[in-house]
Amino acid sequence: MKPNIFVKDKVAIVGAGLTLFRRRLLETPRELAWEAAREALNSAGLTLKDIDCIVVGSAPDAFDGIHMKGEYLADGSGGFNKPVVRVFVGGGTGVMVPVVAWWHVASGLCKTVLAVGEEKMSHAYPHPQGVFAYIWDPILERPLGPNLIWIFALEMRRYMHVCNASKEDIALVSVKNKRNALDHPAAQAAANITVDDVLKSDVLVWPVQLLDISPVSDGAAALVLASESVARRVTDTPVWVEGIGITTDNTHWFNRDLAYPRYLEYAARMAYKMAGIERPWKEIDVAEPYDPFDYKELHHIEGLMLARRCEAPKLLREGYFDRSGELPTTPSGGLLGVGNPIAAAGVMKVTELFWQLRYEAGARQVKKPVHKAVANAWGDLMQVGTVIVLST
Amino acid sequence: MRVAVVGVGWYGFKPVVPELSFREMMFEAAVRAYEDAGVDPRRDVDAFISCQEDFWEGVAISNEFAPEPIGGALRPTITITGDGLQCVGQAYMMVRSGVFKVVVVEAHAKPSSIVTLQEVYEFSLDPVIRTLKIPNPLFQAGLDAAAYMRRSGASREHLAMVAVKNKTRGLLNPRASHSAKVTLDEVLNSKPVVYPLTRYEIAGFTDVAINVVLASEDVARRFGDKHVWIDGVWWATEVGTGAIEWHEWGRMPSMRMAALGAYKLAGIEDPLRQTDFAEVEDRFSYMELLTLEELGLGGDGVHRLLEQGYYNPGGGYPVNPSGGSLSIGVTLEATGLSRLLEAILQLRGEAGGVQLKDVRRAIVASWRGPPTYTSAVAVVSKD
Repeated sequence: MKPNIFVKDKVAIVGAGLTLFRRRLLETPRELAWEAAREALNSAGLTLKDIDCIVVGSAPDAFDGIHMKGEYLADGSGGFNKPVVRVFVGGGTGVMVPVVAWWHVASGLCKTVLAVGEEKMSHAYPHPQGVFAYIWDPILERPLGPNLIWIFALEMRRYMHVCNASKEDIALVSVKNKRNALDHPAAQAAANITVDDVLKSDVLVWPVQLLDISPVSDGAAALVLASESVARRVTDTPVWVEGIGITTDNTHWFNRDLAYPRYLEYAARMAYKMAGIERPWKEIDVAEPYDPFDYKELHHIEGLMLARRCEAPKLLREGYFDRSGELPTTPSGGLLGVGNPIAAAGVMKVTELFWQLRYEAGARQVKKPVHKAVANAWGDLMQVGTVIVLST
Repeated sequence: MRVAVVGVGWYGFKPVVPELSFREMMFEAAVRAYEDAGVDPRRDVDAFISCQEDFWEGVAISNEFAPEPIGGALRPTITITGDGLQCVGQAYMMVRSGVFKVVVVEAHAKPSSIVTLQEVYEFSLDPVIRTLKIPNPLFQAGLDAAAYMRRSGASREHLAMVAVKNKTRGLLNPRASHSAKVTLDEVLNSKPVVYPLTRYEIAGFTDVAINVVLASEDVARRFGDKHVWIDGVWWATEVGTGAIEWHEWGRMPSMRMAALGAYKLAGIEDPLRQTDFAEVEDRFSYMELLTLEELGLGGDGVHRLLEQGYYNPGGGYPVNPSGGSLSIGVTLEATGLSRLLEAILQLRGEAGGVQLKDVRRAIVASWRGPPTYTSAVAVVSKD
């Protein structure tokens, strides 16, 4: 790994688009992908003719019940007579999509890339959780009939134990994000709730309760990435991709200390090194940590080194991560508030940073001036960290 | 910046590999590739790419199982759901970006342990087409073959000639489990599985794990001296599987676009003159002819050239000297990599019984198979 002085072409994000995030949208997956793609192209002032390459992201094929889902989504994502690849790293796919698009441009082989994340979870019957019955090791784990929420409950419990965090501390994330989402036009689960509401909601797997968790969603999100020369031509305010980071830990989640996402720290270090960031807690102005569960936002804030280990709950209580705070996190409302169509949710986080850095986020715009931002996503069996650092 | 293949490794190439699981096969292939390249995966490799599809693996998030067998745990390891050659394209881009110096590409296939292979194929069809309950999911190949024959004037004999050439040639290749001594009559007299393709003209399935180590020019010199350069690699999708009505039947525009992209990167204007042989798609017999046409390796009269023996191992331009997929078998997402492997071994002079003389540059072309219209092409050379 070398710092980015060797990167041939600087890469910018020049457009972003989003569909509504809802449960049971009537559009087909291809239609959703195209809706987001078209909006991203429009916002960049480009048409499909101007796009050289396509990157598609979508999580398990089983959600759509379509084998080779990337091929199915290809034309919906604009991949008609074009080079198309689909990337898939579980829940980490969302941020992986712009990362893969980044090297399409940085290699000098594509001038413009349309990067689309799509997910349609709600037509899995009877519930998309069923798909997660098949993510386990077929010999060691599947016979136990585990459920994804079980292992996240273990992780949450471990985090609470090691960091001495209370359920109330963690519920604050859900309260913050769902409130932030009230200003997001695509939001599915925005609400003005209190810590009490979270603590009184149904227990799924202790300590995870209904309002600790993001909803089942359908949706798509898209970005247009371009080389410096194209970016300077099509926009006055390109948002530069300064760093990318990827790390995948081993399959054996049960052998790891679940209190701290080491894989995310490794990925973040890679991205910060490329971006020349030495003190992320000071240099990052706004962050979109991945928040499918409320404790995960705190977990990821620490993994991204935006707070010291176990310090995130305290800073959250002090309002440090609010939109008006020192280091606003998840100003969009995140997965808890806007919704969690897996691959689309990660791309949505990057679209939010794109709008924040261009001061186009409207009511969601954070109070402080912003120059550098970071987003991450997390996937597989609690093992993938994908990170992207943006700047103006 | 040039990109080199500094090491290759494989395990399997048999219709059934009963002794190892897919993860163990990945490990075996990886160990061999790293030994071949002289790299330490934990120290020298910057990123790992695995090419796999969930439904083939029987795992809902197959990327989970990618890192450990190839030494990618706690390192940048990702899954690209595509043909192995598309992953080589990703690795090529990663190296060319300047950030990654050494990238490993891995693909594996264990079709022998897929109980419901036909149903998995059916799941790759558009849900609307699936409701038609077409008895063989390979029907698109039959349609394309018939359209190709009508357009080009190639007859069933020409298709059968491809099968005879490749199946017989494979007898010299230890990796070609599906090779056989067949005659033109045997092929023509057997009943079509999907008209006009008989069972000799449809490749079987093979278990394999393949691992390829790529490196940038400046560090490649550190790793051995058996470098094969990737002069160009490109891929393209014509239409999605949900829109096969837009497909240009009897042609493969994705192959043409992928070839033009790869030729441009490699600086090739006349592929017949500037390259010495090709390993091209032939999971169906007609695909070899159609691919040659789309690659510009013989104009629209490729079947006439085939008749004259131009594409035979000793002919003017050898095509599929390894025996091709008809002999080696379809290895799911590793199909492109298996053909790249054959080309690399040829260029290194390690192809054993199928070795060609004086070859310096080759074309590798792969299609993802029905019902997709996605192809990838690479140009590889020795110097």
